[in-house]
Amino acid sequence: MTTRIVELRRGILKKNDELAAGLRQRFTSAGVLVLNLVSSPGTGKTAFLELTLRALRARGADAAALVGDLETDNDARRLAASGAPVRQINTHGICHLDAEMVTKHLEGWEGVSLAGLNYLFIENVGNLVCPSSYDLGERIRVALLSVTEGEDKPLKYPGLFNSSDAAVITKIDLAVPCAFDRDLALKNINEIRPGIRIFETSAKTGAGMDEWLAYLAEQAKHS
Amino acid sequence: MHELSIAASIVEAVTESASAYPGARVIAVRLRVGALASVVEDSLQFCWELASEGSPVAGAKLVINKLPVIVHCDACGVDSELEGVQSFRCPRCGELAADLRQGRELEIESIELEEPEPNESKRMESETDKPDPVEEHI
Ligand SMILES: Nc1nc2c(ncn2[C@@H]2O[C@H](COP(=O)(O)OP(=O)(O)O)[C@@H](O)[C@H]2O)c(=O)[nH]1
Ligand SMILES: [Mg+2]
Ligand SMILES: [Zn+2]
Repeated sequence: MTTRIVELRRGILKKNDELAAGLRQRFTSAGVLVLNLVSSPGTGKTAFLELTLRALRARGADAAALVGDLETDNDARRLAASGAPVRQINTHGICHLDAEMVTKHLEGWEGVSLAGLNYLFIENVGNLVCPSSYDLGERIRVALLSVTEGEDKPLKYPGLFNSSDAAVITKIDLAVPCAFDRDLALKNINEIRPGIRIFETSAKTGAGMDEWLAYLAEQAKHS
Repeated sequence: MHELSIAASIVEAVTESASAYPGARVIAVRLRVGALASVVEDSLQFCWELASEGSPVAGAKLVINKLPVIVHCDACGVDSELEGVQSFRCPRCGELAADLRQGRELEIESIELEEPEPNESKRMESETDKPDPVEEHI
């Protein structure tokens, strides 16, 4: 017997990366700004997205959402109440969305064409680890954390925070009762992803939404 | 739990690559995994056993080569390795350094195959007519 070493030098998630690159190209040529929202379950992704979709529609922008969930379509129904087109992606136990799921759910989406959209939001499955490895072709990855989760989340999940383009601190209406240390949270995010844009919002009071919407409009100009 | 999906992707990729070497057995798979790749090593080893069981790569050893984060510091103009993933600062000057040069890798670097010698395989073919019980287990 002889042994032979074969160099492969290939990404383990190469198939996903290739599909994602194809999606990114489609999104760019359609001129739609695509955002991938990632956080723990319960951080407030759906609530934040509900407000975002309503506000964008009120401003005359066309926005749609894909929403990942292990089993239910509760979030999709909540989001659809905004009037925006929403499509559910049930992952049936898989803890993250991947580019193939996104590709499949863009097909045959009644009343939605990418070219007719200004914004497409993808609410990922609630999980801070696995989604960070799967590129969905998004232009902007948004990591969310709520004031109830502890200021050290970014340090515990550097893989996600370091790969994100924007961070949103949610539920700031609860900052005082939770004794949330804002300076520490901002510092921790910035240590992991220096220079990242950070938003502080509340879906209860609407705080911080104007800054977020201004950022979206600014980013959409470059799509 | 995405280690299981990752392990399944490795099994698929390695099976495909190894099929170019008929008769060979995969004895090791070497990975390059960056410190920011969000992969738990023990969990990946465990999932590797599950995912490879019953496949052509069953029994192969998974060797995980961990890569530290490397950042480029604009102030110093130098790339440096970071000791951990808790602070993205240049170790020389202490400035924040956002320019990541290494750390997100999730790659199969190489596979190690065990294959019969060319003459050995010929000999084995001819011997199938009159199998030798001692030779059979080579
Ligand atoms: N007080 C407060 N509660 C919120 C806020 N955003 C979400 N919630 C609540 O947090 C829970 C989880 O929110 P949800 O949007 O479903 O989180 P997701 O799992 O990240 O999509 C729900 O009970 C929401 O009503 C907020 O800004 N302030
Ligand atoms: Mg949700
Ligand atoms: Zn420096």
